[in-house]
Amino acid sequence: MKKFSQKLRTLAAAMTFAALTMSASNAQAEDTIKVGVLHSLSGTMAISETTLKDTMLMLIDEQNKKGGLLGKKLEAVVVDPASNWPLFAEKARELLTKDKVAAIFGCWTSVSRKSVLPVIEELNGVLFYPVQYEGEESSKNVFYTGAAPNQQAIPAVDYLMNDLKIKRWVLAGTDYVYPRTTNKILEAYLKAKGVAKKDIMINYTPFGHSDWQSIVADIKKFGSAGKKTAVVSTINGDANVPFYKELGNQGVSAENIPVIAFSVGEEELSGIDTKPLVGHLAAWNYFMSVDTTKNAAFIKQWHDFIKNPKRVTNDPMEAHYIGFNMWVKAVEKAKSTDPDAVQKAIIGVESPNLTGGMSKMLPNHHISKPVLIGEIQDDGQFVTVWQTNKLVDGDAWSDFLPESKPILADWTAPISCGNYNTKTKKCSGQNYK
Amino acid sequence: MKPDFFRRCFCPIAMLILLLPSFTLGQDVLAGDVFSETLTKLNATSMQERSAAIDQLAAVKEPRAIVVLQALLDGHLLKLKDDGKLVIGIENSSGYKLSDAKTGQDLGVADHEAVQKITVNNSLRISLRKTIGHLELSANDAKVRLGAVYAIAKSIDDEGITLLRDRLAIEQDATVQDEIKLVLGLEALNSADKTARLGAIDLLKNHANQAVVNRLNALVEKDADGHYLEADADVRNQAKVALSKINSRLQWYAAVETLFFGLSLGAVLVLAAIGLAITFGVMGVINMAHGELMMLGAYTTYVMQQLMPDYLGWSLILSIPAAFVISASVGIAIERGIIRFLYGRPLETLLATFGVSLFLQQTVRSIFSPLNRSVASPEWMSGTWQINDFLSLTWNRFYILVFCVLVFALLLQILKRTRLGLEVRAVAQNRNMAKAMGIPTARVDALTFGLGSGIAGVAGVALSQITNVGPNLGQAYIVDSFMVVVFGGVGNLWGTLLAGFALGIANKLLEPVAGAVLAKILVLVFIILFIQKRPRGLFPQKGRAAEG
Repeated sequence: MKKFSQKLRTLAAAMTFAALTMSASNAQAEDTIKVGVLHSLSGTMAISETTLKDTMLMLIDEQNKKGGLLGKKLEAVVVDPASNWPLFAEKARELLTKDKVAAIFGCWTSVSRKSVLPVIEELNGVLFYPVQYEGEESSKNVFYTGAAPNQQAIPAVDYLMNDLKIKRWVLAGTDYVYPRTTNKILEAYLKAKGVAKKDIMINYTPFGHSDWQSIVADIKKFGSAGKKTAVVSTINGDANVPFYKELGNQGVSAENIPVIAFSVGEEELSGIDTKPLVGHLAAWNYFMSVDTTKNAAFIKQWHDFIKNPKRVTNDPMEAHYIGFNMWVKAVEKAKSTDPDAVQKAIIGVESPNLTGGMSKMLPNHHISKPVLIGEIQDDGQFVTVWQTNKLVDGDAWSDFLPESKPILADWTAPISCGNYNTKTKKCSGQNYK
Repeated sequence: MKPDFFRRCFCPIAMLILLLPSFTLGQDVLAGDVFSETLTKLNATSMQERSAAIDQLAAVKEPRAIVVLQALLDGHLLKLKDDGKLVIGIENSSGYKLSDAKTGQDLGVADHEAVQKITVNNSLRISLRKTIGHLELSANDAKVRLGAVYAIAKSIDDEGITLLRDRLAIEQDATVQDEIKLVLGLEALNSADKTARLGAIDLLKNHANQAVVNRLNALVEKDADGHYLEADADVRNQAKVALSKINSRLQWYAAVETLFFGLSLGAVLVLAAIGLAITFGVMGVINMAHGELMMLGAYTTYVMQQLMPDYLGWSLILSIPAAFVISASVGIAIERGIIRFLYGRPLETLLATFGVSLFLQQTVRSIFSPLNRSVASPEWMSGTWQINDFLSLTWNRFYILVFCVLVFALLLQILKRTRLGLEVRAVAQNRNMAKAMGIPTARVDALTFGLGSGIAGVAGVALSQITNVGPNLGQAYIVDSFMVVVFGGVGNLWGTLLAGFALGIANKLLEPVAGAVLAKILVLVFIILFIQKRPRGLFPQKGRAAEG
């Protein structure tokens, strides 16, 4: 056994050495600015995160073609945290201490971000997080380019309430932090809007749940009370396919009980039989079907880069696109990749998004985005049925939860705090004054 | 006077008679023109304009309209990209088989790039269904009329009620009559007239379904201030009487439904576990790659569907033997290549097969991409079997239940009646003695492992119909499979069957009370406690072999 582990160690050392020489042979270390890409390339999350790794490589490649940054070439350092949450923290440490990357683009699940958070705060790095999440967080070192709940969940509920006249609500989610927090916010929001408790049904299922028979039967019963019913789904990943299949089989269609999802995008739809999903809804900040010249150029660039005209684009890819361009602008503005200088310079930076607007980095480290609601088509694309007429500012701390209502995140002076209580005038948590 | 009158009067009449054919002809042309004109409006970019065009199309008395609207609803209405002409296209493997939307004339085949779909959204779909329902209410086929009544009921309005009333007066078919009465009854509950409401309740108590129960429940509810929502006490009491009558039936069917849910979940567990019952139970090999063998079966289904895209049903049926052969050969390769060197060393076997499972996963990721693959369900596997108002079973679950029982029976027969089965049982009972009797144990081992693996592949075909086909498919089922086998008693197929069904039903009984997450945990806790008490499971093997 001892011999075996020794062998392993030598093997690992040899591999790291090979990787180092390979990256060194690309360009001289001093001439480049390193950008860390921290996305799982194996394990359960590889299904979503591999695409984001490719997106980052494409964006970096594109920037290098334009002449790099501050006269230097950009160099991607790709690591594989293998869908293993503690490994995310280790890899982040490796990127910051060993590779000395200027910024990290990465993470997908909230738990992976929470795992990276202490490392990135300790070593004062910069992380761009591209996925819609539950909010209730703002770190000096993290920039949240995905949607906060008020940029996805709340507008979606507004749409259902006002346009589809929904009176009864099913909040269905996978049992972990994002759905739990989002549903808590939504429940508080619905109650504030006068929805009675008996008109809200909340349901949690384990990861990868595949037997939806009784839950769908319950939803069907709940929805046949003569009031218009909708399902707000924070069901994650793989559990969605059997869920929609069961809905279709039990005869629940989008016309009688629409399901609005926050985690079903083009990438997820490309792997499944879309027949039972047609007409159901999703809320995002970007759809591949959005008709703008910027988006068309982005799709073309993506197809050329990945050499497959059938690959789709999705919302987190757009978030990386915005985040990366904002970082580039901030570095140019600060004339340095020093984390403190970039963190200061990036606030207020504007960069075009792919839906035709200008997104802006806000003092709470979230960005402004439009909110779009689309109906799923049988080709796996969305038709936009509703969108906000202006960009919505991301709110780190939800106003609909009593405990986070007085909390404010503002990383500009004089507050400079991600968790500032406006009532007690105190800053808790991370504070770098 | 008379001739004059005739002369004066006859001419216009004659002219009118002469004109009449051309006049009707003219109107016909006009209707045709209006039809083709409104048809082009479907092409409009905004959904509002399309919605208006649908209403106009419904107003034009033209039999083709219904075909076009149905095509629009089904997503078959397309636009030719070069001249913008509207066509109806049915997709097949080579492209779209086109026919002219206006005339129905055959236009040959076009490829995917030449056409663009006319998209609809939910509100359009609702209005389409309603419009088609209105038009089809006077169809000749009673089945079509019944569908029309359902469609109208979904978005009922005054126009729909009038149409249904008119239809009821002339309707001959009893089922359609009943359905119309039910819809009108539900509507009458809203009426201001007390006798109408009472009459409606009287009618509804015989037509009980979930919608009726919910509506009746609403009648006896109180609002936030403690006042009854229904002001009239007579109506309330009537509703209560009707409810109590319905509720007993409702509970009975709810129990049957739960039982079916439990059995179908159990069937999936049994299918996943039964291959393991052979490799683990009979041979004693802890095969962590069992889930991946199921995954291979599911991917076989995907490949078969890619090979014969036009025959969805047949590809699924042919996938069963194909998956068996593929998974069995991979299983035999694993046994010959790895496991046979590790007999009697369970820990090493566990680690080695776990390595194999990772290897198989990554291989599939490299070949098919890490994304899930789309496996379609044939028509006969989707939808529900509506037994009565309260009870409907989904076809895919029903078939899987039947399939599970068939596989089990077949496996039992193989083990009982064939020479291989005899040898397998002999080796399982006492390897050395079997060897001494001249049974080629190595060959039997390989074949047994192949049989178990093949069954796993067949289970994968079934799983492809209800869950994701992706590299992680196997991992989701491996723990459950071991659970079922251990609970049922290692080495006992009947135990596996009973354990699978018992766990499925237990899960479904707990789920509504405790929630899906807690139900799973409770079942696990129960099994742990059970194994503490009876370490050999439900049906332990007896005899000297078991003790040794």
